[in-house]
Amino acid sequence: MAIAESLAPAASAGIVQITGLRKRFGTNEVLKGIDLTVQRGEVIAIIGKSGSGKSTLLRCVNGLEEFQEGALAVDGQPLLHGNAAAMRALRQRVGMIFQGFNLFPHLSVGRNVMLAPTLVKKRGLPDCSEQARRLLARVGLAEKFDAQPDQLSGGQQQRVAIARALAMEPAVLLCDEITSALDPELVGEVLRVVESLADEGMTLLMVTHEMNFARKVADRVVFMHAGRIHEVGPPERVFGAPETAELKQFLSALH
Amino acid sequence: MVDFTLWEILRNLLLALRWTVALSLVAFIGGAVVGLALLVARLARLPGAERFVGAYVQLFQGTPLLMQLFFLFFGLSGLGLSLSNWSAAAIALTLYSSAFFTEIWRGCVNAVPKGQWEASSALALGLGEQLRHVIGPQALRVAVPPTVGFAVQVIKGTALASVIGFSELTKTGSTIANATFRPFTVFACVALLYFALCFPVSLWARSLERKLHGHR
Repeated sequence: MAIAESLAPAASAGIVQITGLRKRFGTNEVLKGIDLTVQRGEVIAIIGKSGSGKSTLLRCVNGLEEFQEGALAVDGQPLLHGNAAAMRALRQRVGMIFQGFNLFPHLSVGRNVMLAPTLVKKRGLPDCSEQARRLLARVGLAEKFDAQPDQLSGGQQQRVAIARALAMEPAVLLCDEITSALDPELVGEVLRVVESLADEGMTLLMVTHEMNFARKVADRVVFMHAGRIHEVGPPERVFGAPETAELKQFLSALH
Repeated sequence: MVDFTLWEILRNLLLALRWTVALSLVAFIGGAVVGLALLVARLARLPGAERFVGAYVQLFQGTPLLMQLFFLFFGLSGLGLSLSNWSAAAIALTLYSSAFFTEIWRGCVNAVPKGQWEASSALALGLGEQLRHVIGPQALRVAVPPTVGFAVQVIKGTALASVIGFSELTKTGSTIANATFRPFTVFACVALLYFALCFPVSLWARSLERKLHGHR
């Protein structure tokens, strides 16, 4: 998998750099000062109760949510709300996969994958079509190029969504509870694809409820609580020897 | 009194019908263009667009079309700006239908799930690309039936242009009725001609509705 190599930023240490990020919905502060640096190729699992701010944090990374204070940069490209060119540059470095798949229902599977590269990267159709076939093959859906999204199962749709995100050759991939809307028997096929991406060195930030998967794949686990990063560490430590009472309670409530 | 045969009545009405069709087309196309521009201004969150479009819609939906025609034709000429009855009618109907179109289509855009905006934003598409390739095609499916339905309102609305002396179907009808003293025959013909214009359009709207809903 070709991962976009950064040309400019020798200065920034991580591929995702979040400093002092605060986010409010009206008077309700949902992120209360987040500092997080993600290294290239690192796999981060974000866990926590619903309402802890984990999805909001993920959505801040590609600007789907605006934040009021702090700074965020991906691959040296700072996130500047209201600057369309900067947002476009940043979003080309960040792919996102959603809980609800969000495939474009009026386009065939192949067109779903090809749309953004043809428009944003201005690449030729034959080039994009060849890439789309390759990516669909990679997620195990080579034969579905001409299918319509509503003919696919949830697991297949989510794998198309992954191929669609990869078509932009992002440096970072955000996964927002990508298996939560799936029937249990379809979860495995999606997680296997994500795991293969991790193995190939893709930088991943994933909000997940799949603790076994987080334990197996993540390099670091971030536990969020009440709008803050409450505890961070390698999965063995976070799951095996939690330090704070909140994390202990959260983990025990899972069983 | 002038003696007109039924054919002569119909012939004159058919000639006037051309103006009704022309006015309807201008109002429909003009209204669509202005309505679309207002919608895009709103979606692009241009500064002040939300408030301006809101007020615009309230103004033209909240006052009678007849009054808008009077204002543009008599009101403005009182201020020294005189419009021909054709331009006054075309402008009034364009403004009126644009206010409805922009609201109808906003509803259609809102009917597209939020996830479609988010997915296309996350793929770095700009607003124009999102509207053209992702949101537009999906909104269009929902938009066709109410849009065609409103076209019928526009056609009937052109009858009001008769009050400022524009010789479309209704005005010509009353002129002939006055000349021949056969109002029943004449206005029956007028009504039939409007029906002949509107009925196919509403039939088309209904079949589109059925077709588009069948696809989902």
